[in-house]
Amino acid sequence: MEKMKIRKNPPKPKFSDPDTGIWSWIVQRGTVASFICISLFALLVRVCVSLHPYSGAGNPPKYGDYEAQRHWMEITINLPVKEWYRNSTINDLNYWGLDYPPLTAYQSYFHGLILRCFDPKSVSLYTSRGYESYIGKLLMRWTVLSSDALIFFPAVLYFINVYYSGKPIKEKTSVAWHIALILLNPCLILIDHGHFQYNCISLGLTVAAVAAILSDRDVVGSVLFSLALNHKQMSAYFAPAFFSYLLGKCLRQQNPVIEVAKLGLAVLGTFAVVWSPYLYSAEASLEVLSRLAPFERGIYEDYVANFWCTTSILVKWKRLLNMQPLKLLSLTATISACLPSMIQLIWKPRKSSFLYGLLNSALAFYLFSFQVHEKSILLPLLPASFLAMEKPFVLLWLTQNALVSMFPLLTRDKLIIPYIALHGLFILLYHLPGGRQHKKETQSSFGTLRLFLLSCFLVLHVVYLTIAPPRKYPFLFEAVIMLLCFSQFVVIFLYTNTKQWTPSKLSALSTEAKKHL
Amino acid sequence: MNHRKLHHNSTAQNQNEQIPAASIPKTCGNQLYHFLWFSLIATCTKLLLIPAYHSTDFEVHRNWLALTHSLPLSQWYSDETSPWTLDYPPFFAYFEYFLSFFASMLDPTIVHLTDGLNSKSHLTILFQRLSVTLSDAVLFYGIYRITRKLDPKQKYLIWVLAVWAPGLIIVDHLHFQYNGFLLGMLLISLSALENGEDLLGGFAFAVLLCFKHLFAVAAPVYFVYLLRHYCRGGLVKGFGRLVVMGSVVVAVFAAAYGPFVYNGQIHQVLRRMFPFGRGLCHAYWAPNFWVFYIMFDKLLAFLLVKMGFHVKAPTASFTGGLVGDSSPFAVLPTITPLISLVLVLLSISPCLLKAWRDPKPSAVTRLVAYAYSCGFMFGWHVHEKASLHFVIPLAIIALKSVEDAKHYFFLSIVSCYSLFPLLYEAQEYPIKVLLLLLHAALMWFGLSSYFGAYVPKGDERSHSSAVVRNADFVIGWFGKSYLMGIVVVEICGQFLHPVVLGNKLPFLPLMMISIYSGFGMMYSWIWQLKWIIGSI
Repeated sequence: MEKMKIRKNPPKPKFSDPDTGIWSWIVQRGTVASFICISLFALLVRVCVSLHPYSGAGNPPKYGDYEAQRHWMEITINLPVKEWYRNSTINDLNYWGLDYPPLTAYQSYFHGLILRCFDPKSVSLYTSRGYESYIGKLLMRWTVLSSDALIFFPAVLYFINVYYSGKPIKEKTSVAWHIALILLNPCLILIDHGHFQYNCISLGLTVAAVAAILSDRDVVGSVLFSLALNHKQMSAYFAPAFFSYLLGKCLRQQNPVIEVAKLGLAVLGTFAVVWSPYLYSAEASLEVLSRLAPFERGIYEDYVANFWCTTSILVKWKRLLNMQPLKLLSLTATISACLPSMIQLIWKPRKSSFLYGLLNSALAFYLFSFQVHEKSILLPLLPASFLAMEKPFVLLWLTQNALVSMFPLLTRDKLIIPYIALHGLFILLYHLPGGRQHKKETQSSFGTLRLFLLSCFLVLHVVYLTIAPPRKYPFLFEAVIMLLCFSQFVVIFLYTNTKQWTPSKLSALSTEAKKHL
Repeated sequence: MNHRKLHHNSTAQNQNEQIPAASIPKTCGNQLYHFLWFSLIATCTKLLLIPAYHSTDFEVHRNWLALTHSLPLSQWYSDETSPWTLDYPPFFAYFEYFLSFFASMLDPTIVHLTDGLNSKSHLTILFQRLSVTLSDAVLFYGIYRITRKLDPKQKYLIWVLAVWAPGLIIVDHLHFQYNGFLLGMLLISLSALENGEDLLGGFAFAVLLCFKHLFAVAAPVYFVYLLRHYCRGGLVKGFGRLVVMGSVVVAVFAAAYGPFVYNGQIHQVLRRMFPFGRGLCHAYWAPNFWVFYIMFDKLLAFLLVKMGFHVKAPTASFTGGLVGDSSPFAVLPTITPLISLVLVLLSISPCLLKAWRDPKPSAVTRLVAYAYSCGFMFGWHVHEKASLHFVIPLAIIALKSVEDAKHYFFLSIVSCYSLFPLLYEAQEYPIKVLLLLLHAALMWFGLSSYFGAYVPKGDERSHSSAVVRNADFVIGWFGKSYLMGIVVVEICGQFLHPVVLGNKLPFLPLMMISIYSGFGMMYSWIWQLKWIIGSI
């Protein structure tokens, strides 16, 4: 009878929204409980996606990113460190030569050792080119999975803990929702576990760096971000935000010079450690550096939804200008696009605007920098997912457009089923019953416009998959997708820039609430 | 503003405390949306599993598509083009016939009797996987129907347990079968019975039997229950109702078997459905009573040999049929299908007695689940997948008491683990482990929050520092060590065995799994039996 009594009086949720009752059983167990369940599910989804083909599967002679990563493992475990970036008879840099910074090379070396343990044939020098096997694929997939679980997941937990410490209780019910949106970002999963890359490592390091900076551990944050930069040079998309926020913060300290010097030393020290095998001569380091900036690949690739590619429909940039002026042009465009956000950060280095700054600088780089790939949209997506609580609509909008912009790439990789499933999963998680307190934004007046655009996308998908393009314009549909996505990205870019400049009501309110307490 | 909020807060709490039913109409639309959310999450995950490993059952069902599509009804049960002949009851054949229309629209080779043999094209896989995923709508409807009268808190937890059941995903969406859809029908039938709509319940069960005859294990329970609950109210009224129920059931069976009787095929149909000559155990021993019987026999033989007696080594295998008069057992008497049948009926008898004496709608799910556990424990040639037949219905009643919850927590982990050998390839290894871990974690947090006393530490305002104490939902040290033992068995079988023994004794890990899960299943069966005997 007593048991019955307890049951009749179940743990009372402290919130009034009837929807949140769904998750009360997990929410009241704290962040870690939600994190465990969500990360198990996120891992499951990743493993399921990894069942699907990778880029360039069974497609000789160049294969795809999978072969590139495997080839790097082959090179790094068979050659001495100094030879990794050097063209030679053994190391043909024209065949997927190493073009990522040294940390990627070390990671390839480490993973290569594991592969050699279980499947030596898959990393043997020369003979393993184009090697594809059941066990080889599995091992490669598991290296990504373990990197994700060991770097990205803990970093997200760290971020969530920092982000929600000191926030009012009411917001804590949405922690699970926020974790799910970060961990189950469809684009990241599709690229890492479908297409095959290791973005989870550099992005995970970035997440940890952001969390460290949000908790005022600036030196740790700088070291972590330098590591991210050393894993993938693309992390430089975030550099303006890190730089200007930290600079702005240092300028407000008693001894700005010492503060700046401290951070500078941390960054230089990290770089020195990572680059130590190549620091014996300037020539050697320049050799590596030249591999990291593949300008010869042109200002854009395929049909990426950025400024250069989209405007190339009207202005033939590649024919009009040489490499040198093009480089200069894109550099000025990128910097001027970053500038407003950087100035704001230096002027008022607040934590909430730091997250906006990350988003804005990454978007600016995506839209205007040299040699951008479709996959680079992952970088702006990360800070957008940090901002999920404040601007859920931006995350939804950006993710959907990013997914669509990658659709041609994923179709080539035969990843249509996971594309559909993960897109659906993301929309479901976004609309998690009882997941979020702030529902104002979804009921905005953009509803009809959004519906119109969504139906456009739906039609485009069907058309892309079923109808052959006219012979005169074989890339007509890609161009249409690119145009649509580019216009959305620009709108988002302008919107988030204005948001960074106008302090949000929400954060103002929460600081007010803190004062009251 | 603050005041209004507070007010709203307290009214919501009051509603929660007083009558949960009062809040149901308000959130009814919400409830359906929430349920759809749960099922769509499951569906998206299932879509991702399309390229995963599938067993020969995949080709079995493809062949059934082909033969129902290309042959006239009279040859469905006599065709032998493929070794995977049709051996399910007619409704399932009709179901395949229905599916085959869509398959032929997609790609005619799928339904071609000879060209389609062992077809593994992308379209074939896509079509078959999608057919399972879509037919799960019946399962979802069944779960929704049977939980619709519960209060929202219970609903959400039961949906977590049933809609996201890992066993069903392993068997249906990896191994390849249509259990979700069949169990959905069972749940529809049970929900009708619980609701007092006996005729509908009987009808749904009859339909289910014509889809898969393995569900007939619960037929005695249904019979006794309906006889006592539906056909009551005096001799005349009772007899009238018996006639009504009887004619409904006969009509269903006539619809299923009629065409075959008309074609003179009925003997052939029955011969296919009840193939004699299969062994006591399936290739991988299901973790049931017979595992202990076999092990006891081996032990006895070993001891007798040690003591100097002469024991003839058995020549027949457990999994194959009975060859001549040789027995697979060295010492203990041979088991025949009849003995197994008698044992099943004997073990069911307490719940028949219960159904006879006290046919309560609220207990019917438990009785039916118990009957399926008996069938699983003592049945002839039982598959490990059959444990789903009682695990899924038990999920529905897992929140009735804390004892139920503990039992379910334990059983569903054991049952899911016993399905592990179905997926033996490396690629699916992380999937099955993650499925089990996720399920266990969700169950643990869900059940312990539901049954745990909630003690806020210190001030009411400091919500974050509230402590959840598991006052009631406690898995004792024995249960905990058993569950930890699963980890040990898994590590020994999967990682130590290949290192230590290499390729020797390849069936040892499987045997260990079935013996170890056998203990858990035995415990679950005894627990259910005790409950039923205690309630008579």
